[in-house]
Amino acid sequence: MAKAKDTVSRTVIVALALCIVCSIIVSVAAVSLRPLQIENRNLDIKSNILSAAGLLERGSSSDQIREQFNRFTVRLVNLETGEYVDPQSLGLNDAMEFEQYRAASDPAQSRSLSSREDIAGIRRLPHVAQVFLLEEEGELSRIVLPIHGSGLWSTLYGFVSLQADANTIAGLGFYDHAETPGLGGEIDNPRWKQQWVDRQVFGDDLRTPRIELVKGGVDANTPDRQHKVDSLAGATLTARGVENLVNFWMGEQGFGAYLSRLRQGGA
Amino acid sequence: MSDVSAKKVLFDPIFNNNPIALQILGICSALAVTTSMSVTLVMCASVIAVCAFSNLAVSLIRTQIPSSIRIIVQMTIIASLVIVVDQLLKAFAYETSKQLSVFVGLIITNCIVLGRAEGFAMKNGPYMSFLDGIGNGLGYSVLLIAVAFFREVLGSGSLMGYTLMPLVNDGGWYLPNGLLLLPPSAFFIIGLLIWALRAWKPDQVEEPDFKMSRHKVREAF
Repeated sequence: MAKAKDTVSRTVIVALALCIVCSIIVSVAAVSLRPLQIENRNLDIKSNILSAAGLLERGSSSDQIREQFNRFTVRLVNLETGEYVDPQSLGLNDAMEFEQYRAASDPAQSRSLSSREDIAGIRRLPHVAQVFLLEEEGELSRIVLPIHGSGLWSTLYGFVSLQADANTIAGLGFYDHAETPGLGGEIDNPRWKQQWVDRQVFGDDLRTPRIELVKGGVDANTPDRQHKVDSLAGATLTARGVENLVNFWMGEQGFGAYLSRLRQGGA
Repeated sequence: MSDVSAKKVLFDPIFNNNPIALQILGICSALAVTTSMSVTLVMCASVIAVCAFSNLAVSLIRTQIPSSIRIIVQMTIIASLVIVVDQLLKAFAYETSKQLSVFVGLIITNCIVLGRAEGFAMKNGPYMSFLDGIGNGLGYSVLLIAVAFFREVLGSGSLMGYTLMPLVNDGGWYLPNGLLLLPPSAFFIIGLLIWALRAWKPDQVEEPDFKMSRHKVREAF
């Protein structure tokens, strides 16, 4: 018995049989669970967008999230010109299908940034980006924009939402990062995120973003307090990363062109 | 191996032969996934499932496995099970699976699973092997849950996401210990737990590898 199972042919047969059985099990699991997984991922993105727009109530069910999100219009924007892009010209049925972070790593759909431009530390910038617009009674009320950039240890992925004037921040949140818990990880702290609400991105010229994270807190006497948010204690580099990435994405490399078009009444 | 009773196989690994505390296996994931209790529980359930079913599968085909490729066969079975578990988590517990990220995949390299497949399931019947898998999974879980308890309560002032001690940052009184949210703190807690366990069961104390010789001072001449 001990000898019979150690022959070469027996070894090959056992190996092959095992591989076939295991691959069938793995493929069945992967294929049959795929729809559920995609649904989960979409739901996750939607709840992050709602949360940045300040529309997510704690403990909303998945149906409520879907219903809330359906009020948004998803569009694609050419970052350089600020004009809307027809999803069909990219071979997509729907702007929701666009995968911005995949596009950012595809040389055909992105360009590399010079180190002077790249204050957010993202290396490549996609030509096209997704925007999420909420209209209430025919009036634009929220603009939610995806943003990302380097913190201390990791790339931070999040959304910032602006009010209809394309200048006042309505909310900001990061859904994926690996900053130090308790220090840089405090960017998830609701009390800190609350400080962003009603800050102004741009100065009077409405061109250069002027968001600043400052040490020592912001109070009523701080000059230019409409642009300032309290920096995070013990997380200098994460805070600097957040400041840079918000300014980058609001600036002319990012959504600057699109936002000024919006302000002039429609892109 | 004739005197193994089902009860012994199932419960021995929890305190008498704990895979983490006595055999010092599976430390990597014990450091990584114990910052919050809910994540830890999902990780524990995954390890128990993988360990039990890989033991069962290996035991069922143990007479057919050629000894030259037995480790590869065991790894293939374990890896397949881990992928299935990962897919299930992504479908039914998406939030938790995002927090566990790569550590579900890393169950493949968890020494406990392969150790039980090679050390127990290759020599014992399917039923006993299945129980052994569950038992060792439980042993792993007990330690992880204990670590997660201390880390979440003292590090974030909460348990299972419910606030026990309101944090200063949220306007409460508890200043959390940030160290407990970082992986090294799990080392300290595991060390203290091993100490406590061995004080309770002194037969687990290992013989020292060597003895220090007495310090000798030569007389000055």
